[in-house]
Amino acid sequence: MNAPTGIGARVKRKEDQRFLTGTGRYVDDLPLARATYAYFLRSPHAHARIKSIDTSAAAKMPGVVSIFTGKDVAEAKVNGLICGWVVKDKHGQPHKSPPHPVMAIDTVRYVGDTVAMVVANSHEEAKDAAEQIHVDYEVLPANVDLATALQPTAAQVHAEAPGNLIYDWELGSKPDVDAAFAKAAHVTRLDIVNNRLIPNAMEPRAAAAEYDKGTGNYTLWSTSQNPHVLRLILSAFVLGIPEHKLRVIAPDVGGGFGSKIFCYADETLVCWAAAKVGRPIKWTAERSESFQTDCHGRDHVTQAELALDKDGRFLAMKVETIANMGAYLSTFSTAVPTYLYATLLAGQYTTPLIYANVKAALTHTAPVDAYRGAGRPEATFVVESLVSKAAQEMKIDPAELRRRNFIPPNAFPYQTPVALQYDSGNYAPIIDEAINIADYKGFEARRAEARSRGKLRGIGFSSYIEACGLAPSQVIGQLGGGVGQWESAQIKFNPTGNVQILTGSHSHGQSHETTFAQIVSDKLGVPIEQIEVVHGDTATTPFGMGTYGSRSLAVGGSAIMKAADKVIAKGKKIAAHLMEASVEDVVFENGTFKVAGTDKAVPLGQAVFAAYVPHNYPLAEVEPGMDENAFYDPANFVYPAGTQICEVEVDPDTGVVDVVNFTAVDDFGNIVNPMIVEGQVHGGIVQGVGQALLENAVYDKETGQLMTGSFNDYAMPRADDVPSFKLGYKVTPCPHNPLGVKGCGEAGAIAAPAAVMNAVHDALAPVGVTHVPMPATPLAVWQAIHGAQAAA
Amino acid sequence: MYDFAYHRPKSIADAVNLLKSKPEARPMSGGMTLIPTLKQRLAKPSDVVDLGGLKELAGIKIEGNNVVIGAMTRHADVATSADVKRVIPALAGLASHIGDPQVRNRGTIGGSIANNDPAADYPAAVVALNATVTTNSGKHTADSFFKGLFETALADGELITSVSFPKADKAAYMKFPNPASRYAMVGVFVAKTGNNVRVAVTGAGPCVFRVKEMEDALARSFTSDAIKDIKIPADALNSDIHGSAEYRAHLVTVMARRAVDAANK
Repeated sequence: MNAPTGIGARVKRKEDQRFLTGTGRYVDDLPLARATYAYFLRSPHAHARIKSIDTSAAAKMPGVVSIFTGKDVAEAKVNGLICGWVVKDKHGQPHKSPPHPVMAIDTVRYVGDTVAMVVANSHEEAKDAAEQIHVDYEVLPANVDLATALQPTAAQVHAEAPGNLIYDWELGSKPDVDAAFAKAAHVTRLDIVNNRLIPNAMEPRAAAAEYDKGTGNYTLWSTSQNPHVLRLILSAFVLGIPEHKLRVIAPDVGGGFGSKIFCYADETLVCWAAAKVGRPIKWTAERSESFQTDCHGRDHVTQAELALDKDGRFLAMKVETIANMGAYLSTFSTAVPTYLYATLLAGQYTTPLIYANVKAALTHTAPVDAYRGAGRPEATFVVESLVSKAAQEMKIDPAELRRRNFIPPNAFPYQTPVALQYDSGNYAPIIDEAINIADYKGFEARRAEARSRGKLRGIGFSSYIEACGLAPSQVIGQLGGGVGQWESAQIKFNPTGNVQILTGSHSHGQSHETTFAQIVSDKLGVPIEQIEVVHGDTATTPFGMGTYGSRSLAVGGSAIMKAADKVIAKGKKIAAHLMEASVEDVVFENGTFKVAGTDKAVPLGQAVFAAYVPHNYPLAEVEPGMDENAFYDPANFVYPAGTQICEVEVDPDTGVVDVVNFTAVDDFGNIVNPMIVEGQVHGGIVQGVGQALLENAVYDKETGQLMTGSFNDYAMPRADDVPSFKLGYKVTPCPHNPLGVKGCGEAGAIAAPAAVMNAVHDALAPVGVTHVPMPATPLAVWQAIHGAQAAA
Repeated sequence: MYDFAYHRPKSIADAVNLLKSKPEARPMSGGMTLIPTLKQRLAKPSDVVDLGGLKELAGIKIEGNNVVIGAMTRHADVATSADVKRVIPALAGLASHIGDPQVRNRGTIGGSIANNDPAADYPAAVVALNATVTTNSGKHTADSFFKGLFETALADGELITSVSFPKADKAAYMKFPNPASRYAMVGVFVAKTGNNVRVAVTGAGPCVFRVKEMEDALARSFTSDAIKDIKIPADALNSDIHGSAEYRAHLVTVMARRAVDAANK
């Protein structure tokens, strides 16, 4: 059906009515009778021994209900948080697993580590009381510099991980790669720091919990991207509350970017303490708390090399990376710099041999885990920086060098040397389209014109590959992942014909309420106004894996398609009965069951009504009701790919980089709602530009204090930092999911840093600059220009 | 924030009395610095004296060759005032780039210069235009008003009532914003009146300062080329993760040149 609300239509977002009129309901909005408020006392030190904690004065403060310290939590036998992905090192040994207590017991390990929890009648009273807690710290040396974290002189974060090493992991054969390098006509080398980022979702993390003494049931409201997984972790590992006695609700959530996937100490403590104090507890992070305690992203130090033959064909790639884990292993931290990073190093290219070595290091900083793109932006930055640098060194046009090495369209499915098998793609038409949109031919004229204004103009390419919709579950299990990677869906018709789609995915900005409704509207011919998408409540929705890694449409949407197929199959039986026809002769078109070659027709609504009022109904063969569910476990990842072209102008007097042109051409497979996809791409590009030019989480190397602990010092991208984007699409449908879709949520953030930085390097090459660190802040660019001038 | 007593006096005299009688009292004009400070629990005043009720302190007048701006005048009002735009357009331009629209509709000129944040914009205009700061008890010249980091010549309980800016022949302000906060990392206000040139720099050091060498060079020739080789020493300048002292020193010259070019347009 090609209704204006079906697949491919620019349907306005159903959820915008409430979001734009301020009627969304977030965790902090919950009216809970007799609520108390939690405040967490945080460590002011990066590394210290807690000699004593005196809460006696605080306990006497007005409004205080309870104060808990690490000792109380340990005595109550609350377990530590878990890391849900076991990565085996190059000797086959599982990664080191230092304990991750929900509250520090005798040692604090980063600025922001939880030291005590005050529960009071109001937030202000809890905060007042927390100021009266006296903690006697013995400050210890801190290790916050990733470059030196694995050296013997670095302060140790956990005794369980000697030398701060969590794992030393590798992929590929080093001898084979070394042999290929020995024969190379050209080798390009690069030292890269992938800067540490702070997620800064618009809504800070929040939790509220209630314990029903009568039933023994807990309800936890959390800003979670995956409420079922959060419940599973809390039940099976941390709190021991049986799953059926714990309901987790993630209502409207204002952004996550990965930072709300994980199980955090705060929400765990709020849930646990609600039973202890016998009253509901609410907690919402203050913005500075978010800066300090949300899991951060990226933070790699990498040496990379690319070997090429004399014609610029890639022979082999070698990558050595140290990845920062922070002070504790967060839920999926170990997988990010391994299975989501090194496996992407083939990019869009036929590089036959790749060796990657990743060392995961502990530091006295906030935990680091998945953040928009999670591993794939880091991989793309390595690959695309190398390729552009090689093009510059070998004096080959950067687009041509890429084209020369693309995996050809007839090679799919394509087995890379780094484990993944790409299912589909056609990369040359993408870069051609991008070059066309960006007017690459006219660039040198624009560069010359900029020069006449005293500006240095540069152009940069980034041809990214992404693996999203982690799958299939069996492979994830073999790689050490602790969960399945399917998704669930339920399509529930009401007798009057309107529909609830219950999904295990979670929307915190992704527009599921519209996109998923479009799928069902398209497939079943139900008007979109009659479709409601329900998500985020373990008590009402089927068990789901949640939303991350651009999986919701490819995996969750496919589950909805499967459930819709079941609706149609059942409807056919009912319609056949009503039309006195054979089921084999019934077809379903535009929301109506028909018998081919006759004028017999039963609209879906009529079949649904018959299912609920089965007076004339094939009860012997078909159950009443129309409520179908499905679980979908994909056969493979999906592989979106694209090319971005960025043009910048650098002001050599100030070092300011201005992004003046930005083109992105993507292959996301089939597109359900182009407007929503554009929004995702825009947001992703802005985050990528932010990483490239502005954002940087900086800890003081001596004290371990977070220097960028507020928006005063952490530079977020703003609307005037970016131009209007030029977008284009090429479509190779995904061959293994029923929608033919890939994923679009992370692409912008994955590709953009390399596109911007390659453009910056291209702009600065004429003045002798060979390297600018990311982010290319005005200071960094100015120092690079002046360094080059001094060296000249 | 901690508890405090809130007052909204109706007259300057009442406000001054309150401030003098309560040693831990703090005056509040737009609150754009004080409120965040209170919310972060970085200040614990016993009393907050809200000057928002002192209507006589708000407003813009032309007096002879001067633009006189009441202390409680919002940045947005200065930015959009036809009088300011006509007489000293550079001043309206400066006000239009302070903070964001919310800040411009709350923040006041009196609050800004009394606070003397090293990264504030107005002090550069006050000094470069050689403005006079009038208070309930007297007058201060621009050069004597700003004393150091968050320090001014105001005595306890002394309230700014207005600032009088003489018209300049040519003037312009160029700001290099901090990439994160967008406060001035370096802001240079250049003003030429007759043969007299003043160059005032904010953001770069602990307090607004003048660059005599540039002023002399510009008095001889009011062109950006006249100052292109003047390098100011980095020693006393601010240094942080966004800009080293050397970088700020460099930017002072760049922004000063651009301000001269803009003033000549």
